[in-house]
Amino acid sequence: MNLHEYQAKEILRGYGVNIPPGKVATTPAEAEAIAKEYGTAVMVKAQVHAGGRGKAGGVKFCKTPADAKEKATAILGMKIKDLTVEKVLVTVAADIGTEAYEGIIVDRATKKPVFMVSAAGGIDIEEVAAKTPEKILYVPVDPRYGLTNYDAMRMGFFLYGELKLARGAAAIMGKLYAAFMATGCSLAEINPLVVTPQGELVAVDGKMVIDDNELDRLPAIAALRDESSEAPSEVEARKANLTFIKLDGDVGCIVNGAGLAMATMDLVKYYGGEPANFLDIGGSSNPEKVVNALRIITADTNVKAILFNIFGGITRTDDVANGIVTATKANPLKVPIVIRLTGTNEELAMKILTENGFTASSDMDEAVKQAVALAKGPSGKAA
Amino acid sequence: MSIFIDKNTKLVVQGITGRDGSFHTKQMMEYGTQVIAGVTPGKGGQKFEGTVPIFNTVMDAVKATGANTSVIYVPPPFAADAIMEAAAAGVALVVCITEGVPVLDMTKVYPFVKERGVRLLGPNCPGLITPGVSKVGIIPGRICLPGPVGVVSRSGTLTYEVVYQLTRAGIGQTTCVGIGGDPINGTNFIDCLEAFEKDPKTRAIAMMGEIGGTDEQEAAVFVKMHMKKPVVGFIAGQTAPPGRRMGHAGAIISGSSGTAAEKLEAFAAAGIGIAKRPLDFVELIRVRLG
Repeated sequence: MNLHEYQAKEILRGYGVNIPPGKVATTPAEAEAIAKEYGTAVMVKAQVHAGGRGKAGGVKFCKTPADAKEKATAILGMKIKDLTVEKVLVTVAADIGTEAYEGIIVDRATKKPVFMVSAAGGIDIEEVAAKTPEKILYVPVDPRYGLTNYDAMRMGFFLYGELKLARGAAAIMGKLYAAFMATGCSLAEINPLVVTPQGELVAVDGKMVIDDNELDRLPAIAALRDESSEAPSEVEARKANLTFIKLDGDVGCIVNGAGLAMATMDLVKYYGGEPANFLDIGGSSNPEKVVNALRIITADTNVKAILFNIFGGITRTDDVANGIVTATKANPLKVPIVIRLTGTNEELAMKILTENGFTASSDMDEAVKQAVALAKGPSGKAA
Repeated sequence: MSIFIDKNTKLVVQGITGRDGSFHTKQMMEYGTQVIAGVTPGKGGQKFEGTVPIFNTVMDAVKATGANTSVIYVPPPFAADAIMEAAAAGVALVVCITEGVPVLDMTKVYPFVKERGVRLLGPNCPGLITPGVSKVGIIPGRICLPGPVGVVSRSGTLTYEVVYQLTRAGIGQTTCVGIGGDPINGTNFIDCLEAFEKDPKTRAIAMMGEIGGTDEQEAAVFVKMHMKKPVVGFIAGQTAPPGRRMGHAGAIISGSSGTAAEKLEAFAAAGIGIAKRPLDFVELIRVRLG
């Protein structure tokens, strides 16, 4: 789960990181009022889960409250990478001397949290890593001991030659690390970490990504989820305990298991079609999940054919068959359906489907080919 | 022969009285796995299905029965501790089926098990099976057939699909291993490839990877440098969009890294046969078995 900048900053402020004051506005008038309250130049920043906000025109410097109102009018409602901006952060503009980067990720290779720091801040760290990798210092942390002072100081001196700044940066790393661990992050970063002309260290932008597996035990963090920033179909799917990701194609896929679901999408493409989605109904057998999955898939008007691919292990294929029958009785399908199922209780599933007027096969390739052909329609052309 | 489990595998089931644990324990017993103990705190002294003794702790179970392998079916908040408990109790192999273990928990668990010389498989994995001999986990026994192919995969049902296609074509398996779909797992592709290379009965390896991370790329280098046996590989997620978690916690393209194209390129450079779809494994493996 991604947090908005203002949410990440609030958390980091709680850990003692020096962050300029800021408040969220949802209307231009609110933005103006906040700017007036601060009585100084502000930044108006789009709050969406997308990189490149600045380049898209979603971050603006405003000298006066009237200016803030005008910029907020332009930013609120604009689209950045298909996401509509619903909120802006109005925050006191910091004087910028130098810009550095401090971040932590869970690194798959070392299987540890790893710090990344760079004096080349203010730009995307991936870009720095690609173009000038020597400008990044990577320091793995053993989570059983936490961030040691000597490692933090080593990174502090990598960023700044001066002892006072190195110490200040190291202290911020300690706070960032504490927030990262307590908030269940897979990524936390401050970019840029600014040194003002007065020599003060200020975190001007922050980002946090939370490991979804942490949300059950961190209800306060889970409550920060902003559903307005997600596709409605994905919100609905999550509530039904389904993993769903919407794509642009026309073959709706319902599969059990993430690997098989990806392989099914790939096979749709292999046979010349385009998958409309990723959807994993998971391991447990439950007809209700199938009903929900069909409702979500059929709500997508791009879908021209539905493909079920079920390999029954824990999943009982008769449960899936019952789910298909129940769902289609309540809401008759407007598009063709192709069913492939094999494994646990296959004979029973086939019987249930046949009795209710469905045909099903046990061969994955055949089913995918058929679904692709049906999606293209009788003319053989993509709709 | 086989890797990691065989006829001497003596299993303790953590979470044996839970819904998933009890269901799969029965399946494992039916398949012939030696399930010699179970653990559910507070139910020590009882028996599962009237035969398998239940203990309060893994340490008690190991002391009383000599179990050498553990399988974990406990819910996510307790899984990390369950892994450490098993490792501390002295089993040689811990298989964690549980999905949803927080990755920061795993950053602490991983060094704990490594330092004790214990092999961890998973979490978020289907376990493993040596056809006709023993199964630990949830892979359906009836789709497997004893034979010469080692199977290793990050996925569950995709593994079943490939194993099913192989079995249908009369091509059997030495051991099928699901290493799991999480970003931090105990056993990786290289661990399995190394074991298959040493296993005298394994003559070819089928490997199913997916998007995210660099495990497959590193495995490809290992194949090129250290393996004589032929390997055939597949990568799921060629149509996956970047930045989205595709069901498995580890199946995510971060920025421009971890793509299917990058992994397939590494496979090709290492001389690994590339299955463009699951069905292709059958012919590619058949040719390599000669």
